Formats: sequence, structure tokens, C-alpha cells
Amino acid sequence: MRQLALSDEILLRIDKPARYIGNEVNMVKKDPKTADIRFAICFPDVYEIGMSHLGIQILYDMFNQREDVYCERVYSPWSDLHNILKEQKIPLFTLETQSPVKDMDFLGITIQYEMCYTNILQVLDLSQIPMLSSERAKGDPIVIGGGPCTYNPEPLADFFDLFYLGEGETRYDELFDLYKDMKAKGKARQDFLRAASKLPGIYVPSLYEVDYGEDGAICSFQPKYEGVPAIVKKEIEMDLSNAPYPRKPLVPFIKATQDRVVLEIQRGCVRGCRFCQAGMIYRPTRERDVDVLKECANDMLKSTGHEEISLSSLSSSDYSKLPELLHYLIGSREQGVNISLPSLRIDAFSLDAMKQVQDIRKSSLTFAPEAGSQRLRDVINKGLTEETILHGAGLAFDGGWQKVKLYFMLGLPTETEEDMRDIPRLADKIARRYYEIPKEQRNGKCQITISTSFFVPKPFTPFQWAPMYGKGEYLRRAKIVNEEMKAQLNRKSLKYNWHEADVTVLEGVFARGDRRVGKVLQKAYEKGCIFDSWSEFFDNQKWMEAFEECGVSIDFYNLRAREGTEILPWDFIDCGVAKSFLAREWERAKRGEVTLNCKEQCNGCGAALFGGGVCLEHQD
Amino acid sequence: MGAALHYLGEVSVLNIRIKFQKSGAMKFIGHLDMMRYFQKAIRRAGIDIAYTGGYSPHQVMSFAAPLGVGITSDGEYFDIEVTSTKSSQESLEALNQVMVEGISILEYRRLPDMAKTSMSLVAAADYLIYEKPGYKPFFASQEELSRKIQEFYQGQKEIIITKQTKKNLIEMDLKRLIYQMEAVSLDKSSLDPAPPAGFGISLRACTGSSDNVKPELVLEAFCNFLNLSYNPLRFQTHRQEVYAKTEDIPVKGEQEQKKYQKYLKQLREACEKEQKAFPEFLPLGELGEDIP
Repeated sequence: MRQLALSDEILLRIDKPARYIGNEVNMVKKDPKTADIRFAICFPDVYEIGMSHLGIQILYDMFNQREDVYCERVYSPWSDLHNILKEQKIPLFTLETQSPVKDMDFLGITIQYEMCYTNILQVLDLSQIPMLSSERAKGDPIVIGGGPCTYNPEPLADFFDLFYLGEGETRYDELFDLYKDMKAKGKARQDFLRAASKLPGIYVPSLYEVDYGEDGAICSFQPKYEGVPAIVKKEIEMDLSNAPYPRKPLVPFIKATQDRVVLEIQRGCVRGCRFCQAGMIYRPTRERDVDVLKECANDMLKSTGHEEISLSSLSSSDYSKLPELLHYLIGSREQGVNISLPSLRIDAFSLDAMKQVQDIRKSSLTFAPEAGSQRLRDVINKGLTEETILHGAGLAFDGGWQKVKLYFMLGLPTETEEDMRDIPRLADKIARRYYEIPKEQRNGKCQITISTSFFVPKPFTPFQWAPMYGKGEYLRRAKIVNEEMKAQLNRKSLKYNWHEADVTVLEGVFARGDRRVGKVLQKAYEKGCIFDSWSEFFDNQKWMEAFEECGVSIDFYNLRAREGTEILPWDFIDCGVAKSFLAREWERAKRGEVTLNCKEQCNGCGAALFGGGVCLEHQD
Repeated sequence: MGAALHYLGEVSVLNIRIKFQKSGAMKFIGHLDMMRYFQKAIRRAGIDIAYTGGYSPHQVMSFAAPLGVGITSDGEYFDIEVTSTKSSQESLEALNQVMVEGISILEYRRLPDMAKTSMSLVAAADYLIYEKPGYKPFFASQEELSRKIQEFYQGQKEIIITKQTKKNLIEMDLKRLIYQMEAVSLDKSSLDPAPPAGFGISLRACTGSSDNVKPELVLEAFCNFLNLSYNPLRFQTHRQEVYAKTEDIPVKGEQEQKKYQKYLKQLREACEKEQKAFPEFLPLGELGEDIP
């Protein structure tokens, strides 16, 4: 019988003890004594969110395939347990063997969104691992970060020993072999980090020196030592069909956000929307072989017992074998398997597929025009026209749907008041299309829900140089949309939701910040900021105090338009897409010029150097 | 006993009753999550369970008596409908191969056609309750515990407690809902955590949808009676078995009811012949029979 890290007294006092006991279906069991390397893999948010993440499942499975590695999981304890661990000085533990995280060789943290940064500090703190890399010594785990936010790792540079840049499938074997070898030879922590920095895709922040000019921007960014590479290139898995994929994913006892089999059908996106970081950093788009996917689907449904399967990709409709795959999956519905189809473009094909797998009275259609006017959609290169939207919605309404969700962003570069007002106007046109159906043939009113978020410029996008706005300006824009909505003919069929702007401002700072914002993070955590992506925990006042006390200006990071010549904190990373391409796209955006997608035409972004995926389709 | 029941006839679905054991860390998994766990486990094991129709088909599955978080058990039941089935032995093996540590399937039995759900039949449950390690014991010996139970249970005409319902506080007499309460010696190796004192309380209490007595309620009344401060964390509760009333007819169809009555008659005669007391309760599993 496994010994739990927490007593019955604690487990029966806290919410959802199942978050902390492990023992889930398909949990990997090993004798930790036989493992040369013990790895704690962490998603710094609550269990139900962390367990839903595909990347962790891939790495967990892949690491544990190695006999000499035992990879265990850890998530952010919820606030109730957080307080108990602090009070009773119980070190944070892994779920598998319930061992202290601080006894591991590695602590690997996936960094998926900016608002989890304080939770990273929480995990370090509760694990009783020194928070700063510079304070860690022999015996402390090597703290390694990965995931999309590491495309600008600088705000977190002080807290991590190293970052793995890019896709995890490729380079961990070498890293583990190096670690084993150096551990056996009794080498020091610093020696390992220095050697690791020479591996492709590995960035050791402590080995680089950053200087700032009088204007506050970076004036130099260089390795401190010879042999440490000046540019770190992202890692990429070019053979997705033969890459490791978990055939026996973990199945939690409590309902996770993603309570289903997740099948990643492709990686990357050909569309080239100018606001979208994922569309740039995962280039080139690579598909998984459809036969491999069918086999994966079968194996995973069988090994988990899940009653639902979801296709995962940035734009499922662009997957070339989608009809074949869907046809196959729909055939398996007899065994009670539901199919969920996110990120589909609304057209005759997808509506037909959705009709087969969903109850259309309950389901809603989702469009993400992102901008209200054609002008602004051209600026952001969102190749979705009003005509396409109205046509798709019309088809759907005729087919029996009556609920539509529309997603937009406010605060996009060049946005005018007209662009904002066009958001509810577009929604109204969709509603009008619904009411064109004769009354006796339609099923009551339609429901059009508009949601807006505020745009945050991300590194490695054409908008990485764009200025943001202040909180008041964001809310003013939301108000304009709201006001215009009330002036619409079908206002009673429209609903508008918008977000608070406080979080947007912070996301802006941490998305494009440099090493100097790290201390704000630490200060905010010390003040009690944690679970910032949860509105019940988010405390803007504490954050503002932290900025104030650290003397860090939000405006410097958010309101400034960056010049093309400025050294950006993430310039040392080579993500395959050239900075010159991003600059070209930024100029085209300002002129409202559309760029064709990768399937239509190669635009020479630079990712063709990886020699695969969609780029090869243009060879003839 | 089950072997005496023969249910033949061609039907499209078969009713199956499954008995399982819950121990170790699994005691922290609540009832609803256990249901989700079994829905997936049944699919992993390849049991040919019946689904309802519609856009989101779900399995036909019903649990006998929810078990509180923190309680371990050797006698949990749920019923499912299957469209075809392998033998009990094969099905048990298939299920046990996909279980997590702390859950074992003990029985997989076919129920008569037109069987009532286990939930509607539940009438009583047996519990073992003992003090956990790490606490200064309330009772020095089994004899002392036995004496105290005598005073509390046999010694009182009625045991009036107040119970908070959704609407208001109600008074109820626990005594008539406690069917049996005594001190017993416990096997240290079969219980988790192991009972440090080696003895504890054996309790049979009324269970079900109308009059349900949670063992904590008895424990609290017992502690109050003895002027001991009640802390639910001090005790480990372990459910041993869940029962139906023998005389409650567990089937709905007319023919099936006749069959059961015939079975009751045989049982009564057998008891008289062997000079045994007629069992007031039958474990839920005994209402089914193994599939050869």
C-alpha cells in the first residue's frame, strides 16, 4: 500500500482530496530506487487544469519509457492546502510516490500562460526549493521550463536554471544522458548547466549578460562565456507520425477540464494571423498520418475508457484527411463514443459532420472573426470575410441551429471607433439572416453572443512591436461596443460579454517584459498573489503595489511603440520565422494588405529551413 | 443460496450486480467520482454494457448505497444492464485487470429479469468502527468498550438525537434504527489503517432512502452519551456488507415475484429443518447468481 504524503486529517479537511493522492488509471509505477533520474513534471495550476494538458501527458509517457528515468507529476495545491503546507512546513510532493519535489533531480515546469507565473513561484516555495536559480546549490533539483511562454523566458530568467525552447520530443534524451554522465562523474551543478547550454534548444539564462541603455531598452545581450551560443534555436519534431504519443494517457478520478481522449491531428497553422503566436512559433505546419491517428484513437479510447474524443489542432479544417478521419470516428459512435470538434471552420462539410455528432438544439456555432470590420480583419490577416460568416451562419440556421458565439479582440493595432462599432453590426447582420427564415419554419429567437477580449501583443508575431493601451482605454472601447449593440435592430437577440482589463495589462508586461520584471513577480507573490488567472484570487491592488515598490513602469513595457531596430528581450531565440519576415508583415498590416496562407503560397517566412511539413508542398 | 434461483427466458438486456471493495487511498474518492470511474472502467474491461439512445448515450448503471468520503468497504454494490455477457469468472478477471490499486471486484452476478435496483432494496449495512492510530484511545480494553456499548444500546429504551435536515432540525430515535451494536476483536492485517487496539465496534444500521443511519451519527450519539468529545477524524469506519430485507420482493414481474415467493418458502422450510433462524437480511449479492 502506498504511503500518502498527507494525513487523513488533512485530506478529509480540504476540498477535493483526489487532487493529491495520485493512483489514477494509467499512472506509471516504478521503484524509484532503480531510476537514475527522478523528474517531477509540473503544470503550475490546479490539478483539474493541469491534468487536461496534452503536452505533459506526452512528456510523462515519453520520459517514463526510459528505464533510467522516473517521471512523476505535481500541480499547484489549491489555496486550502497551500496554507496547510505553509503552516505545517510540509514539503510539496509528487503524486506518484508522494515524495518531496525537492528530492528530485529535475523539476520541469510547463509555462502556458503569463497569469500562472506566480504559481510557478508557489510551487518552488512550497517545494522548499530556493526561488532564485542563483541561490540553488548541490542537492537542489535542476529547475527547467518549457512551453509557449518560453519564447520570451526573460521575466522568469532568475527563477529557472534552464529553459527548453521548442517542442519537447527531440532533445530530452541527450539532456538526460548528459546529466547522468556528469552526476556519475561527480561534476558540479554549474558544470552541468554550462555543458547543457551547448545542447541545441537549451537556454541557460544565468550564462548571459544583459545591459540596458539610457532609454531603458536593451543595448546588449550576450553570453558571458565562450562556447555558450549567442543564438538558441527552437527544437522541432519534424516526424510527428512517428513521434511518441501517449497510448495510455492518465485518467483522473475527479472531472478534469478535458475529460476526454485528445487526439492531436497536426501541429502548426497555415493561416498566418498576425496576432497569433502559435501560428508563428509552431511553423511549419505538420500533419500526423491519418492511419496513425486512427490507431491512436482506438488505443486511447480502449486504455482510458473515455466516452469522448476531441480533435486537437489550431485549425482542424485545414487537416487534409479530416473527412476520412471523421468518417472513421463517427463509425465508432456505436460504442457510445462522443466526438467533439473544436476549431472547425463553419461550412457545409463541417455542419454536416456536426449534425452527426451533436444535438444541434443544444450546441452552438462558433465564429472567431476577431475584428468587426473587413478593414481590420485585413490588418490582422484573418482571412474570414463577412460573406463567409453570413453564408456559414445561414447554412447553420437553415439546418436548425440557433445559437451563435462570436469572438473578437479589442485594442488591435490601427483599430478605429468604426471598427469597434462594426462588431455589434456584424452580429446584427447574422441575426437578420436568421429572421429571414419564415416564422413558421424557425424555432423561436436566435441567440448571438459576442465576446471580446483585449489584444495582447506577443513575441514572434508581426505585432510584437505594437503599443498597447491603458486600462481605461480598453474599457472605453468595450463601452462603445456595448452602446452600439443597444442601437441594433435585433438587440434582443444579442448578448455582449467583455473581460476586465486589469489582467490584460499584466499579461502585456509579462509577455514582452525583460529580466527586470522578474522582481515584480517575486514581490507580488510575497504579497500573496497566486492563481492570478482565477478571478476569485486575482488582486490587482497587490500587483500595482508590487510594481510601485520595485520601481518598474508598466507603461514602459505596454504603451511604447517599439522601433524595428530595438533589441527585443527574445531576439536571442531563433524560432525559424525570420525577424525580417515579421517586420515585413508588420508593414503590410499597417497598409491593410493580406498575405496568403502557406497552402496557397510560400511567403518565405524562413521555416522552410526545417525541411518539412507544409513547406515541402511547394517544391513543384 | 443464489443457486436456488433460476431465471431463464430470452430478453434483450441482462441485469448484472457487481460487488466491489474500496480500500487505501481510494477512500478519498467520493461517490460521484466512483460512478465516473466505473463508467470508464466498464468500457476498459470490454463489458458489453447497454446504452441509452440519443445524442449523448449513457450507460445504464445504478449504485446501491453511496459511501461517504473517508470510509473503506468490503461490500459495495452497483447494478448495470448488459446486452451480452461472459461468465462471472471471466468478467471478474477482465474488470480486475483494469482496476486501480484499492478497488477490487468481488462479484459479478446475473439478476433475475425484472429485478428491482439495488438502490430500492437496500435495508441495512454492517460497519466496523475503530479508533485510528495516533490518538490516545478512549477505551482501554474490548471489555470496557463492550460495557459502554451495553449501557448505551441495551441500557437505553430510546436514543433520541436531533438531526439537521435540509429544512429543519428533527428529533429521531436511533435505537430502532440500530439493529445490532457490539464490541468485537479486529483482524489487524485486513484493515487499513490497521486498528492499533485490535478491537472496535461492529454495527448493523438501517440503510436506505427512507430511514438512513450514517455510522457517524451513531458514533456521535455514543460519544455524547459517554461525555467523550466527538471528532469524526478519530475513527475509521469500514463498511462490510449491504443488505436487502429478505422478505422484500426484489423483482417486479408477476411471474418473477411468484418465483421469489417460492424461493422464500423453500428457505423458510430449510431453516426450520436445520433449526436455524430465518435470516432477516440477505446480502445484495445473494439475489443474483453466478454466470457459468
